[in-house]
Amino acid sequence: MTRTADVILPAGLLARSVSVEIGGARILADVTLQVEPGEVVALVGPNGAGKSTLLAALTGDVEPASGTVELQGRPTASYRAKEAARQRAVLLQKYAIAFGFDVRHVVEMGRSPWYGTARSDEDDVVVRRAMRHADVLHLSERSFPTLSGGEQARTSFARVLAQETPVVLLDEPTAALDIRHQESLLATTRDVARAGAAVVVVLHDLSLAAAYADRICVLARGRVAADGPPSEVLTEDLLTVVYQHPVRVIDLDGSPLVVPLRAPHRGLADHDVPDETTDETTDETTDETEAR
Amino acid sequence: MKVRTGRVGLISALLVLLGVAVVFSAAQGQLRIPPLEVLGSVLHRLGLDLGPLPTHPRGESTLWEVRFPRVAMAAVAGAALATAGAVMQGTFGNPLAEPAVVGVSSGAAVAAGTVIVFDIGLFGSWTIAVAAFVGGLITTLLVYLLSRDGGRTEVVTLVLTGIALNALTSAGLAFLMFLGDQQAREEIVFWTLGSLNGTRWAAVAVAAPLAAVGIAASVVLARQLDLLALGDRAARHVGVEVERLRIVSIVVVAVLTAAAVSFCGIIAFVGLVVPHVIRMLAGPGHRLLIPASALGGAVLLMLADLWARTAIDNADLPIGLLTSLVGGPFFLWLIRRSRRTAGGGA
Repeated sequence: MTRTADVILPAGLLARSVSVEIGGARILADVTLQVEPGEVVALVGPNGAGKSTLLAALTGDVEPASGTVELQGRPTASYRAKEAARQRAVLLQKYAIAFGFDVRHVVEMGRSPWYGTARSDEDDVVVRRAMRHADVLHLSERSFPTLSGGEQARTSFARVLAQETPVVLLDEPTAALDIRHQESLLATTRDVARAGAAVVVVLHDLSLAAAYADRICVLARGRVAADGPPSEVLTEDLLTVVYQHPVRVIDLDGSPLVVPLRAPHRGLADHDVPDETTDETTDETTDETEAR
Repeated sequence: MKVRTGRVGLISALLVLLGVAVVFSAAQGQLRIPPLEVLGSVLHRLGLDLGPLPTHPRGESTLWEVRFPRVAMAAVAGAALATAGAVMQGTFGNPLAEPAVVGVSSGAAVAAGTVIVFDIGLFGSWTIAVAAFVGGLITTLLVYLLSRDGGRTEVVTLVLTGIALNALTSAGLAFLMFLGDQQAREEIVFWTLGSLNGTRWAAVAVAAPLAAVGIAASVVLARQLDLLALGDRAARHVGVEVERLRIVSIVVVAVLTAAAVSFCGIIAFVGLVVPHVIRMLAGPGHRLLIPASALGGAVLLMLADLWARTAIDNADLPIGLLTSLVGGPFFLWLIRRSRRTAGGGA
């Protein structure tokens, strides 16, 4: 980092040695992460590694026990809700909506930070464009609660796009999506970054992360285990340790493909993997609780 | 612009309905005055020399001293209660929240009852209204603190909180009846049953401004209440100061409930039925839901009061009894429905 804060305010997002404690348990320890304009940073790691908590700290939903988070060069704590909403948009894992708002109305909610400003003149155009990019134009009149999980996720993504902010945070946006929509959502996310936004996206699919992220930040047990370009970070050694499961990294046309190793005859006497199934179930619960 | 026409259409339909309901319910009663004469009387008071005047010698005075204050109060209370329901449902993100169901109305009644029993007259004719407001505010805050968990209110928790608070307030009312003299007792009974019998203009003059302020504030909050449907975190991410909005909404609900409860007693379920029907007709957007609920509530309560005073000859049924009779089954149906469609509202 050559520039200093006094000369040019660092745009994008910056978390400096952030630690977060929830109910006495240390969820994040000394995490530093910078996301600059034009960059897509993927946040990966096993269940319960602290990805959602880090995201909550980046959005200002969770106050760090120590360390600071800066949004566009200013501490997140100093923002009013509306000011912050003009700088960063967030897609959470949970997108249930009370009452049967239709899809278009939900996407329009993304425009609300701009209500009363000159930018709200573009509302209709922006909303339509966001809905086209998220492939929900044809659902426009449908009531949100009646949609499938994937359609709800895309509608919520359209809402985030409609907010048109220089910082975008997405928590597992592809979890409920089919292959086509996974790819198009992340391609759209890339376009958003190309247009100058700083983007953080939590992903579970490491190959997807490798294909679309400029940098990958690997979290493990609340700490940054690695942070760098996909080709440097996604190594068999690191991932095997972090995920406690043997993986292979295959080069497919210059893009790393991460494949878990599977024992030929999977059964109860699976000795290669130390108690992997039970471990995963418990971890999943933690991750879900954390998301709420 | 389908939404736009729907909006104008619904509001104008409700306004027409409101006008018809005013004339029609003012015409009915022990002394029947033809609707045309009612209309004529109103037009003459407005300085327009149109239509026939009431032909009955006591027609004019019956209309302006008995009927119209009562009709006006029904409209004011109905509008206030339906708006309070809509705002409360938006604030809690739960279509079952309603001032009477969760105990806010009876909380307001306890406070008003206290003022009567101990004969407190601190604020003149506004005393009862002020007490009802404070009582309503305290109960709404209690509901809010007791029924929320992790930024969300579950149906079951909300309803159970309502049961508990209603039990508490019933005990409070029973105690007040025990303490009070004969006259105070009768007044408290009147409260728990709800009635518009004997409404005077003076009462309307207190309730109407309260309701007007509450409804105006609700209209201002409408846009933000929409965003609250996203959940607390997501609402904050699109720029809502969630906690501040909740506090303001709670005060608004207390003002509206006080406007209705101070002079009419506990009239349940108006705040549940009206916003629900409007949502079915026009969708959940609060910018339309709130004004439409206010108008719909006014119409509904005027008609309910008409029914209350004409159903049995020479008898005035308590209006709260009637709304509960219709609203109770509706509430049950709503609970069943919202439990089935998880996420569809509950």
